[in-house]
Amino acid sequence: MNQRTKPSPARTASPAPERTRSAGAVTARTGVGDRFSSWLDHHREMWKESWVRFFASPMSSSMTALVIAIALALPAALQLGLTNFQKAVAGWDGQPQISVFLHKRAKESAVTSFADDLRGDPLVAEVTYISPEQALAEFQQSSGLGDALLGMDSNPLPAVLLVRPRSSESTSLEALATQLRESALTDSVVLDMAWVQRLANLTALGRRMSLGLAFLLALGVLLVVVNSIRLHIENRRDEILVVKLVGATDAFVRRPFLYTGLVYGLVGGLVAWLLVSIGVWMLAGPVSGLANLYGSGFRLDGPGFTYLVGLAGGAALLGLTGAWLAVARHISAIQPR
Amino acid sequence: MIQFDNVNKRYESGQDALGRVSLEIDRAEMVFLTGHSGAGKSTLLKLLTAIERPTRGSIIVGGQNLNRLRNGQIPYYRRNLGIVFQNHQLLFDRSVFENVALPLSVSGCSKREVGRRVRAALDKVGLLHKEKQNPIVLSGGEQQRVGIARAVVNKPALLVADEPTGNLDPKLSEEIMGLFRQFNAVGTTVLIASHDLELIARMRQRVLTLQQGQLIYDGYPSREPAY
Repeated sequence: MNQRTKPSPARTASPAPERTRSAGAVTARTGVGDRFSSWLDHHREMWKESWVRFFASPMSSSMTALVIAIALALPAALQLGLTNFQKAVAGWDGQPQISVFLHKRAKESAVTSFADDLRGDPLVAEVTYISPEQALAEFQQSSGLGDALLGMDSNPLPAVLLVRPRSSESTSLEALATQLRESALTDSVVLDMAWVQRLANLTALGRRMSLGLAFLLALGVLLVVVNSIRLHIENRRDEILVVKLVGATDAFVRRPFLYTGLVYGLVGGLVAWLLVSIGVWMLAGPVSGLANLYGSGFRLDGPGFTYLVGLAGGAALLGLTGAWLAVARHISAIQPR
Repeated sequence: MIQFDNVNKRYESGQDALGRVSLEIDRAEMVFLTGHSGAGKSTLLKLLTAIERPTRGSIIVGGQNLNRLRNGQIPYYRRNLGIVFQNHQLLFDRSVFENVALPLSVSGCSKREVGRRVRAALDKVGLLHKEKQNPIVLSGGEQQRVGIARAVVNKPALLVADEPTGNLDPKLSEEIMGLFRQFNAVGTTVLIASHDLELIARMRQRVLTLQQGQLIYDGYPSREPAY
């Protein structure tokens, strides 16, 4: 019989503090344990309630979330585009490389000894010899123009020495290029550093710009959240006044609005991820077609899990920050009169 | 319980709402505060509930000096008070139960305890059967009783009411006063601001009268006609 009157085992572990409290006209105090679990309860409740409120006014909530989503999808898509672009041009690293195109009639033995000489040069780090046959095979494989080459009587490609200099300093590069040009075997020398560097700089510029854009748009998101939370606060003015009069701390009053901001951000971030995913999905077909035409196996990378976490987390943080700004400014202004 | 010592309140507009008010209210006393509108009743209650701070003088409530109360301590101070408003200040977006539970959830009471105490408070004001309804469907008298239940749910040592019968007919007013008397009987200090002199006379309790910010009367009107 005693078993039945007992509360659950978990409760028996900690004796109910409220039982031991003295009765009477003294102030009703609440134990620390109770307070903590009730604090957790309040957080849980506010989390649930902010979702209920979000869907209670679907039009205005989704508009806010969509504004956030669009503002975040733009820089995210730009970042993703740049990442994909870098992947597409992977292997074209910033290291300068000098291509030495040799005369068609140069004898192979002479070429090999020239290459060996170069390997001994202190300015040179590495020399790769590509014979005309190798060049042809590679070209057939990668260009997709193999059929056209098959129609030719002889191999139109010259032998090439790919020279990787030790230093990428422009004066020593120029010196090396001149030295290479002077050789009797050399037909032409291409210092293919400039465009690689240009590409690297352009990519860096793109990243910078997308960062700047992200910063501006994040600021926009912040303002959107501040404004909608301000409206929420205005709408619940009476409630704020009453709970303040019955002894609510500022933290208690703030909590529902902070959660609302968090929910706005979270939904906005998730929708932003969805927008980017849809964009990638729509572009994937044409991009892979284009890549196939160039004989590349390149496939567009989707936003993936990292972007999901980054966008949702970042947006939630923005929402929370915006809500905090709104709350800090407006809740203290609402005082009982 | 309450001690006002030479309390002055001058609003920023330059208006002197209270001038050199000194008074003392003991624990478990029931006191009426009366006076014409603009006499300073509301100001006195606002000082007592820490909505306003005195310009000069000191206020001590339950051993706590309100002049030294930091802003962050005000919520905790208010948890020791029960406040009943003239326009009851109920929230119509939630049930009667949730309205009464508000002070408890604010102070971090466990769910079980909240249920128990809210029902006890509603039972005392005779509205236990309406806990699930929205206060908007209740009559004026019932709404005020919900407001009282909310004020006492925290078992406050001091109950402050601002014109609690302002919008009620005499019979309902009598009922409400009966409730206050019950709380007073179990040891709660009760301070009621009202201009319903007839009702106050019938209550036979101590009366404080304010006029133009001055305390002009403090006594028992049933024994000596004062106004």
